[in-house]
Amino acid sequence: MSHIGSYDQRVKNFDWSIAEKELGYHDGDPINIGWYCSDRICEMGKSDKLALIWEGHSGDVKKYTYNDLRVNSNTIGAFLKELGIKNDDRVCLFMDKIPELYIGLLGILKIGAIAQPLFSAFGDESLHVRMENAETKAIITQRKHVAKVRKIRDTMPFLEHIIIVDYDGKHPLREKETAFRMDEAEKVEKLDIHPTKAESPSLLHYTSGTTGKPKGVKHVHYSLISQYLTTKWVLDLHEDDIYWCTADPGWVTGTSYGIIGPFSLGITQCVLDKGFGADNWYQFIDKYKVSIWYSAPTAIRSLMKAGEEVVKKHDLSSLRHLASVGEPLNAEAVIWSEKVFGKPFYDTYWQTETGSMMICNYPGMKVKPGSMGKPFPGITAAVVDPDSYEVIDEPGKPGLIGFKPGWPAMFRTYWGNEETYRNKFKNGWYIPGDRSSIDNEGYYWFIGRDDDVINTAGHLVSPFEVESALLEHEAVAESAVVAKPDDVNMEVVKAFVTLNPGYEANDDLELKIMNFIRKKLSPLAMPQEIEYVKSLPKTRSGKIMRRLLHAKEWGEEIGDTSTLEDDE
Amino acid sequence: MEDMKDVVLNYVIEEYLEDEDEEITYDTPLISGGIVDSFSMVSLKRFLENKYKISIPDEKASPEAFDNVNSIVKVVKEYV
Repeated sequence: MSHIGSYDQRVKNFDWSIAEKELGYHDGDPINIGWYCSDRICEMGKSDKLALIWEGHSGDVKKYTYNDLRVNSNTIGAFLKELGIKNDDRVCLFMDKIPELYIGLLGILKIGAIAQPLFSAFGDESLHVRMENAETKAIITQRKHVAKVRKIRDTMPFLEHIIIVDYDGKHPLREKETAFRMDEAEKVEKLDIHPTKAESPSLLHYTSGTTGKPKGVKHVHYSLISQYLTTKWVLDLHEDDIYWCTADPGWVTGTSYGIIGPFSLGITQCVLDKGFGADNWYQFIDKYKVSIWYSAPTAIRSLMKAGEEVVKKHDLSSLRHLASVGEPLNAEAVIWSEKVFGKPFYDTYWQTETGSMMICNYPGMKVKPGSMGKPFPGITAAVVDPDSYEVIDEPGKPGLIGFKPGWPAMFRTYWGNEETYRNKFKNGWYIPGDRSSIDNEGYYWFIGRDDDVINTAGHLVSPFEVESALLEHEAVAESAVVAKPDDVNMEVVKAFVTLNPGYEANDDLELKIMNFIRKKLSPLAMPQEIEYVKSLPKTRSGKIMRRLLHAKEWGEEIGDTSTLEDDE
Repeated sequence: MEDMKDVVLNYVIEEYLEDEDEEITYDTPLISGGIVDSFSMVSLKRFLENKYKISIPDEKASPEAFDNVNSIVKVVKEYV
């Protein structure tokens, strides 16, 4: 029997107090995610239960019980406190998917500081812009990534500590750098948990928009209520399940459902810190008998590409339930998974700002391949008119997705950018910026973004950010960046550039520009194709008409070009 | 053959290796070892194509085929 049981009954009788009761939380009580994810599970008598099984790329394995999680997060919290980190200070986590990332996040939260996880493949400029916005006081990182931090540290006077978790003593530590080895540190059995309240800030995740700098999405400790219940009902985690969330905690899925959800439920989860490979992944499922698997459409399509023969080499019979998030899961992938694994991937829809799942397919509910599913109980959703923001009742008619504010994990603001936050609400709806329609059975069908943001492998890339970075390359005079369709990643970054005098448009220069962006921003932001043009299409007022280039890439109608400056 | 291996190895060291103390060989796992991610593979493939004036079909540039210098050289040799 699934936890959710009948979806319709749950919708009818829903109240968020269901989660509050299960978690033993009462309005006004302290609520600290770090404590809920470790100490509470131990108090429930599950100290010796495995919380985390980690496997590194060279095959090394580490295992942590819930008591280990409790004590190690205490130890990290106490270490940070000793350095002078206080509640509400921002502490960045800039690491691969190593245990210190998972446990460090809980330690930061336990002392009331705000965790700022950042994707470890970010280049120095991406790192800088996000740390500058948050005025990050400390960063926890690894030896392999410290060079990027050193490159930008002098421009960040607010940054007081650079903590290296695998310092090996080969080179002397530099100013502000501190070594901390979690597994070898003297354990702190008892830590005073900061009495954070429902509205105390917990996490800052960064997301990109069409214009401007990346925005820091502020979440609070009360988000636990949504994250706990959605993990339980949508992913259907049961006491004996072995769970694998393939997302990196540098992004919101990796924290909401790779740390907070499973640990608050006291579930055993596995983490594979290894690059993608179909054989590796199946071997991992087989080895640890993974029963619940939460992954992403790009990964699923990559597995499809690898074929069915490699599946047959492994025993995947432990798999009980599969779910997906990141970008829309195409019907072919759902059908393929049913054929190959004997069960479909259940698509889920949400975003950094929502903090938890919003529209999902549920165990026991009929899956319509290609559909996003139905709103989570307690979530009031609609498709609204893009101009009036009035609800569209007509089945199949496209509009913008809207959510009535008020669910526990909803973001509370963009860090230092209240105006942009307020602009996300129209006519009483939070507008995430995605277009959809609803069919006559209440299922949502994703259509696309309502802006120029590029969704590549489930990660949002700002065309503005890439365009700005391109202009910093000596050869580039002007740039325009759009999404290009891609079979595996849904979209990839494509750049159109004009060159400065003296530069020749050739393949070597293209590669140099690609690598320039990769190192400066991230591999996700790197244009996978650069097209040299003599000039970019502009309006008479000089604004680049990105939509014309986008239409060309997608084979769409170009539309109104009356404001076009010229046609070359 | 040796030359091609060194060219690829040196390019990987120069472009993708973040930890200056890490030593890599022709057999070091690049993709599964987290040195080159799947997005960066595109630039590595582009480098090989430019350098050797070849075109490698996308289906040949799998994470497994690009997982170490030895296997990359094997793929390149098919098209040189």
